Amino acid sequence: MLKYIVKRMLQAIPVLLGVSVIVFLIMRVFSADPAPVVLGQHATPEAMQAWRDAQGLNDPIIAQYFDFLFGAIRGDLGESYYTHAPVLQELMARFPATVELALVAIVIAAVVGVALGVLSATHKNTAIDGIATVLALVGVSMPIFWLGVLLIILFAGVLHVLPSSGRIDPLLQPVGGTGFYLLDTLLSGDFEAFGDALSHIILPALALSMYSMAVITRMTRSSMLETLNEDYVRTARAKGLKLGRVHRHHALRCAMLPVTTVIGLQLGSLLGGAMLTETVFAWPGIGKYVVDCILKSDFPVVQGAVLLIGVIFIVINLIVDVVYAYLDPRITYAKEEG
Amino acid sequence: MAAAVAQNNAPVQKKQEAEKTESLWKDVWYSLRQNIPAMVSLGVITLLALIAIVTFIAPQILPHDPYQQDLSASFQGPSAAHWFGTDQQGRDIFCRVLIGSQISLTVGLLSVAISLTIGVTLGALAGYKGGALDTVIMRVMDMMLAIPSILLAIAFMAALGRGIDKAIIAIGFVSIPEYARIVRSQVLSVKQSDYVAAARVIGDSDALIIFRHVLPNVMPSIIVRATLGISSAILDAAALGFLGLGVQPPAAEWGDMLGRGRNYIFAAPHAMIFPGLAITVTVLAFNLLGDGIRDAFDPKSRNR
Repeated sequence: MLKYIVKRMLQAIPVLLGVSVIVFLIMRVFSADPAPVVLGQHATPEAMQAWRDAQGLNDPIIAQYFDFLFGAIRGDLGESYYTHAPVLQELMARFPATVELALVAIVIAAVVGVALGVLSATHKNTAIDGIATVLALVGVSMPIFWLGVLLIILFAGVLHVLPSSGRIDPLLQPVGGTGFYLLDTLLSGDFEAFGDALSHIILPALALSMYSMAVITRMTRSSMLETLNEDYVRTARAKGLKLGRVHRHHALRCAMLPVTTVIGLQLGSLLGGAMLTETVFAWPGIGKYVVDCILKSDFPVVQGAVLLIGVIFIVINLIVDVVYAYLDPRITYAKEEG
Repeated sequence: MAAAVAQNNAPVQKKQEAEKTESLWKDVWYSLRQNIPAMVSLGVITLLALIAIVTFIAPQILPHDPYQQDLSASFQGPSAAHWFGTDQQGRDIFCRVLIGSQISLTVGLLSVAISLTIGVTLGALAGYKGGALDTVIMRVMDMMLAIPSILLAIAFMAALGRGIDKAIIAIGFVSIPEYARIVRSQVLSVKQSDYVAAARVIGDSDALIIFRHVLPNVMPSIIVRATLGISSAILDAAALGFLGLGVQPPAAEWGDMLGRGRNYIFAAPHAMIFPGLAITVTVLAFNLLGDGIRDAFDPKSRNR
């Protein structure tokens, strides 16, 4: 297994290099000159030239790429054009907010999605199945940001029960700690702040989870239906086991294999969805920050963020594959490699 | 001798082939017709396409000019005069939603056409040729898949600048790997079949084998994927518009309309509800149709 993990990690290196090339090409080669945006339309040509020189934008393109690449390897992603703070520091400051949101969303999506999928498979062609199927369809068809807007209108505008934006009441914001507010407030025993953080995360997490929930529901349903037709499930029933027990112990365990993969892959795609959700809910995470920086041509930040997200994506895929290998007794990677 | 026999048989073979393909499409159409949600969706899509074409050819048919500003009528709620109300500039939202179908359908169709053409070509080449070419193509695809597609599309738009043509390119480009992957895996399995081996023995060229024997067999998966691809392209386009990276004003695009209503969400929720509804209905229709076509091609999947 260790050999397999190492092999997969080595395979990830060229992919990461490729990602860095793609990002670099888009941001530095295809893009318009950022100088007028950053310095303003009225800056003199000399000022713009000086600024480009200072940023290294006049160097040969290959030199720029290797600057970027070797910097990235050392953990130096450059500086923001505006704040002049290191990009890595800016990203890390916002990283916990996005991870917290994505984790809560994937938990909601996985729990509700698996439950709905199982119910819908075991109650095939009933009203429950119908409702789950419709929910799953609407879930993949609804723009994530529109769902967010509807949730805000309903829960913040009409019912006034949940806040529409932000992460926590600024007065209750925990100082220091991990940056994960739910965890920090809980550890410090500040339940008022915990409740506030929780009330802030519910709507964005719900909006973000919808698409994944729908995908997981569909996957669980079809996977469960397939296993319910397997011989060993029929045998278990024939030997007189209760239906619920057969579903839980025999069918679900096997049906969960492909579902695990889907859940893992969805966690990766949540990072993409987070950009939209964070923008709708003014959630101070990486997604909203990247969108803001794209709009004002802060290229070093965008480059760094896309690279970071690429790395996370690859790591998640790796973890998914390893977990899959661990769960499925039929796969032994060690043997395959001889 | 063998060549002569093959030549003599050719017309017969062609006729049989034609009959066979015709009956496959007939079967699929017959089976699709039984699928009520898919047929309703097809109706909705046809209606949308009609709206898009008619409003393009004869915009005067609309009750209001979708671009006419009237600041005295800003943010009016839905009424008999303005079914979906008005936006910040006092423009009629109903007319803007109708005319917005032009952009959404155009982006959906054209961006899928781009990713389809390039993706199928790359996938077929990789699968059929194998070897180093396969490795290079698929590694590049992996790299593109390592970045969430919407993030990649946003980065593209940031680099290229706003505009519907650029949105089409950005969205089309980022979905290439999905098609390439599907086609490659299908080509790999079709390549092993006897009829491809037979075609090779007869001496057909690679291009002929790919177009005559391999691609037709891959077609069902491509059609299904493309139909579902239109819905995700429309969603992506709406996301770009929502973030302010889509069309240039005053063009009416559903995502852009949603984005512009954001600061007035509580004062004028209707300005966001109706464009979002239009996106959802359109995407839902393409998803249902795609599912229907998949079931029609593969009867085994129907009861899942």
